[in-house]
Amino acid sequence: MRRRHRSRDRVLTTPEGISVPVTVGSRGSRVGALLLDLTFISLLIGLTTMALILMAGGVAAFEHQIGQQNALGHALQFLVIVWIVIMFLFRNAYFLFFELGPRGATPGKRISGIRIAARDGGRLTAEMVIARNLLRDVELFLPIIFIVQAGADSGMGWLAAAGWFAIFLLFPLFNRDALRAGDVIAGTWVVERPRRKLEAALSVSRERAAESRGEHHAEAPARRGYRFEEAELAVYGEYELQALERVLRDDRAQSLESVYQTIAHKIGRSDGWNDERAFLEDYYTQLRARLEAGMRMGRRKANKFSGTPQ
Amino acid sequence: MNAASLPNSVSAIESAALRSDRFRLEREADWQRLEAIVTRMEKGRLRRLSDEDLLALPGLYRTVASSLSIARETSLDAATLAYLEVLVQRAWFVVYGPRTSLWDWLRGFLGGGWSAAVRAIWIDLTVALAVMIAGVAVGWLLVAHDVNWYHALVGGDMAGSRVPGATPQALRGTLFGEADRPGMSVFAAQLFSNNAQVSILAFALGFAFGLPSLMLLVQNMASLGAMLWLYSGAGLLVDFAGWLAVHGTTELFAILLAGGAGLHIGRALAFPGNRPILQAASEAGRRSALVMTGVVLMLIVAALLEGFARQMVDQTFGRFVIGGFMLSLWCAYFFAFRGNLGKVRAA
Repeated sequence: MRRRHRSRDRVLTTPEGISVPVTVGSRGSRVGALLLDLTFISLLIGLTTMALILMAGGVAAFEHQIGQQNALGHALQFLVIVWIVIMFLFRNAYFLFFELGPRGATPGKRISGIRIAARDGGRLTAEMVIARNLLRDVELFLPIIFIVQAGADSGMGWLAAAGWFAIFLLFPLFNRDALRAGDVIAGTWVVERPRRKLEAALSVSRERAAESRGEHHAEAPARRGYRFEEAELAVYGEYELQALERVLRDDRAQSLESVYQTIAHKIGRSDGWNDERAFLEDYYTQLRARLEAGMRMGRRKANKFSGTPQ
Repeated sequence: MNAASLPNSVSAIESAALRSDRFRLEREADWQRLEAIVTRMEKGRLRRLSDEDLLALPGLYRTVASSLSIARETSLDAATLAYLEVLVQRAWFVVYGPRTSLWDWLRGFLGGGWSAAVRAIWIDLTVALAVMIAGVAVGWLLVAHDVNWYHALVGGDMAGSRVPGATPQALRGTLFGEADRPGMSVFAAQLFSNNAQVSILAFALGFAFGLPSLMLLVQNMASLGAMLWLYSGAGLLVDFAGWLAVHGTTELFAILLAGGAGLHIGRALAFPGNRPILQAASEAGRRSALVMTGVVLMLIVAALLEGFARQMVDQTFGRFVIGGFMLSLWCAYFFAFRGNLGKVRAA
């Protein structure tokens, strides 16, 4: 439950009414994904162009033959048509093709760990993907071409136009969800692609681990010893429980030690000396049992400062 | 998961101290099966999925989604909650991902989705049509008033030998006798690529409340009006119209659609009505995206007509026949053809 990017966390409601937390992709990773994609596209364009030129047999001969009305001329014309169509497709269909796939992401987005999704929680449709990519021309290619082409002698008109195009280009910087104009039109957004393994449950992991090693419970009698009174458990809430879970999962002797000190001091016990982990695990299990029992009764204790679930 | 781990997990369920852990251990197998299916689908290995898994996917998704709702209310195991949240999210991406294959989508698109989308933006099409006609009139009137406007409206590259003061013979030469020109097919492909990019631009500019789309329409149509004036002065108006009609009925129609689609978005942004602006924009955007896909198809047809039919049919009457046929074809398709609308809506 480590939430480092609170400002980018959103809640999305699926058609079943389940709210799912999503994280909006950061602007940095989106720029990175775009640059990667553009690199891939230019590589593809370069390679196909070279392949077609090789097939045509050299540029010089090409210039000479293209206008001829013979078989070779027709073959070369065909190659040129293929080239024009491929260029058009690379520019326009590259994003479409990949975003329509099951990953909902171009190769660049995949590498950056982001993907597109429907903003309303419903199905991502082909129309959305088409709409968001049709606007790329005016958002990206046009402003860049325009700004690059302008020289030193461009006057006020150029400035005004550049500012106007910059609105499209910089659109993602001016809204909370980093939507670009195409996202607004299509009803999509770019979110982080989640990936997480199921970690073993702390409160049962010891038994299961022991069983898988074929050991008996009796071999570790010391762990069984810690029982905590109601009053000792009542001092902490869910926030502290989760902090304790993190510490136990990280399993670093130093932090175990200091957390043990804090808890033992707070509840006034000192019998877990040199057996901090087992002490904390038992405390964790019993605290969780107590808090969960409260939850089932509709009483929750958010942290140590909130009222006890009585 | 599988039979081998079952005895182990049964005893684990029994020995688990916490009710929430028992809840988790009882359902873990389902979660992991869903995760395996989702992982395989994310990797694009759809064909390797068994039918059984594919059929189980929606059910498993709902099971895990309900597990998440229950866990949120009963469990304080942060790791399990986080895992379930991520799993539901991943499964949601897959279950509600773009499901239709490109082929199915295309069939729904041609079989009624496209024409329905075009009909849905009829207001914008009317406005765009009016603007285009006004653009032609403006071009004509400006040039008729002052010939110098011609060079401002028709760019040097485009004009070629079609300049004011050219002899009627020279102008006639631009309309007829191109049949033996080499490289027609290349020319057609270039036209398509160029026109498609321009129409995508006209559409995309609609984002700025539609005004730039209209300006682009006016500018393009004004140059057409100026050229009409030029040929009319040489007594070639009908021949020029025929030359234009071959591909123009399709191409101008496509430009009309692109401008209308851009305007549709601009209108939704400027006047969203009762809906939230983002929702209005995305509804308009999806409708316009359908129209725009069709525009690209129309421009392919237009480029073929321009590259081949115009050069091969070297007389005005034949050109009018082709152009008129294409126009009535498009009109019939957009405004009379209802197609399998129900199926498209359901998709």
